[in-house]
Amino acid sequence: MRLSPILTALLLAATPLAVTQAAADEIWVTNEKDDTISVIDINSLEVIRTIPTGERPRGITFSKDYSVVYICASDSDAVQVMDPETGEILHDLPSGEDPEQFVLHPDNRHLYIANEDDAITTVVDTVSRTVVAQIDVGIEPEGMAVSPDGKIAITTSETTNMAHWIDTETQKLFANTLVDSRPRHAEFVKDGTELWVSSEIGGTITVFDVATQTEKAKISFELRNMHPDRVQPVGFEFTTGDTHAFVALGPSNHVAVVNAETYAVEDYILVGRRVWHMDFNRVRSLLFTTNGVSGDVTVIDVADRKALKSIKVGRFPWGAAFRPTN
Amino acid sequence: MLRACSALACLAAAALATLGPGPVHAADITVHYLKQEVTAPPTLSNLDPVPEDLGIAGVQLGLADNETTGRFLGQSWTLEVVRVPPEGDFDAALTAALAATDLLILDARADRLLAAADRPDAAAALLFNVGAPEPRLRDADCRANVLHILPSRAMLSDALMQFFVTRRWTSLAMIVGSAEPDIALAQAYAESATKFGLSIGARKTWAFDADMRRNASREVPLFTQDLGDYDALLIADAANDFARYIPYNTWRPRPVAGSEGLTPKVWDRVVEAWGAAQLQSRFEDQSNRAMQDRDYAAWAAIRAIGEALTRTGSPEAAALRAYMLGPDFELAGFKGRPLTFRGWNGQLRQPIPLTHRGALVASAPLEGFLHPETELDTLGKDAPESRCTAFEN
Repeated sequence: MRLSPILTALLLAATPLAVTQAAADEIWVTNEKDDTISVIDINSLEVIRTIPTGERPRGITFSKDYSVVYICASDSDAVQVMDPETGEILHDLPSGEDPEQFVLHPDNRHLYIANEDDAITTVVDTVSRTVVAQIDVGIEPEGMAVSPDGKIAITTSETTNMAHWIDTETQKLFANTLVDSRPRHAEFVKDGTELWVSSEIGGTITVFDVATQTEKAKISFELRNMHPDRVQPVGFEFTTGDTHAFVALGPSNHVAVVNAETYAVEDYILVGRRVWHMDFNRVRSLLFTTNGVSGDVTVIDVADRKALKSIKVGRFPWGAAFRPTN
Repeated sequence: MLRACSALACLAAAALATLGPGPVHAADITVHYLKQEVTAPPTLSNLDPVPEDLGIAGVQLGLADNETTGRFLGQSWTLEVVRVPPEGDFDAALTAALAATDLLILDARADRLLAAADRPDAAAALLFNVGAPEPRLRDADCRANVLHILPSRAMLSDALMQFFVTRRWTSLAMIVGSAEPDIALAQAYAESATKFGLSIGARKTWAFDADMRRNASREVPLFTQDLGDYDALLIADAANDFARYIPYNTWRPRPVAGSEGLTPKVWDRVVEAWGAAQLQSRFEDQSNRAMQDRDYAAWAAIRAIGEALTRTGSPEAAALRAYMLGPDFELAGFKGRPLTFRGWNGQLRQPIPLTHRGALVASAPLEGFLHPETELDTLGKDAPESRCTAFEN
């Protein structure tokens, strides 16, 4: 145990009953240029395992029961299915070319995969291991989301600058909405009533009303001593109850804290270089951000909005996913 | 922090939501791409032939990108590619093109570009320069109906000098070829060196006509012996006739830059960050070769038109020009930050990669070169020094 007294106190305060349970929870980080996953022990905040993957691993997500982990091995043109206990690749899923990001449908069975080089979203049945549908979307699809009720899937396309709305029943597009340049990430929030889409080059997050697919707000970011061109929102995640969003701002090396009710930016937290994506621990008291250029993960204290520690991982860490171990 | 959506965006979103992905308001847009072909000067090595479809492949990829977006917005794109042979009638080709559209992408020499811009039938047109790097076209000879996608020669040479300043390679020597473009390149290096407080000491003209593939190792050491001492050796050889034979053959062990060695580029196959790998692989898949400077400029030209059309909904040259020069335009150009136009001379602002044959070395503007508006304007002539008046309203 090498936890600082503050952090220990924090963990104890935040999770008085769960601390022993959570003892060995993990954050899994894909290292794009090392073809590995670094597994961080949330208790010791150290890398405890490094697992080889296919080429250029990016998106990573666990099945709902955490029995398998899905990895987008972009340059291997495969989604790999791994046993998280052994690190063994069980099999590949047919994914289409250059899978970059994906999202698991609430039915725990269908993966919606963005095929970046092909302008296609591929829907794969993870049980029968077959492609159920391929949907033409804009150039360089990337951000993926599914509504909590499972009825709507979203693909954002980086060069076409749109959020594409897919009806998961028919697997067809029912709306296409413009956002600012280079949309990267999408999330449904507030029980699926709002959709947030980040635009990396536009420097904004667009908030849509899901019922009407209309834009209801746009969030922009301002950092002192930083040219707006370098403030590039990419990945983001929400705190418990969707009250606040933590937004990675890419090469500005900061994470913004946005009030999800007022859409006001409340804080900026300095992290490592070119921050990409993130995930929380079990009780969402700690946030782990992947910093591509500096090759590390920053641990943020969510309540204090302060960076606690950097953890060295592999080269160009990209995706992050939480794994409970009991 | 909070911005309501523009009326247009809200309207478009609402319309799409009800109508689905089909056409909403059909916008037909026609762009002509004119390339005045040139006879490439002979070079000692034929390792890097100029691709037959240089530039054209870029505009075709950009068209494909635009069409994908256009599919969701009911846009219909027409691109006409016209090649005019070296001795062909460029003027007649322009007449035909201007009869069909107000949107022209031109890969042509500076004098031809200016003549095109000054034609009465081009007064309401919008021309995109993807072939002429002359700084004067962005300065005293600027035209209100010409936007420059290709960076000026000065932007490229400034990028290189910023790197020298960063590395404290303050004392330079230069070898200049004898062709007209070589001399223009040397002038750009000299002006940029002065701008950034560097000095070019010894300067020699390359006038050999021997075949350097056989005897570079014997001739270049002697040729460079009397350059004295310097930190880096600049080569101004626009066609890369002899430049490739200079590295490792200099009398003193010094890095080579300019036309060989460390080179400022518009685009290069070694650029991979900021999603560039995707653009590179789309281009490779389409054309079975690497994307080059002019391909990138042509791609960016038609993508800029596409971006402005998508945001304004209008295929009219005047509306597109106003939007491109306005504060809302931004092009995601895979160079790490949004590309915008300089309002005072119509030049597309853009980072300049500094590369060698195997990798990216740095991307200018380099850290520490500050500017009150945007560091991108440390490259090339800035507004206060500009003699361009055509953009003043």
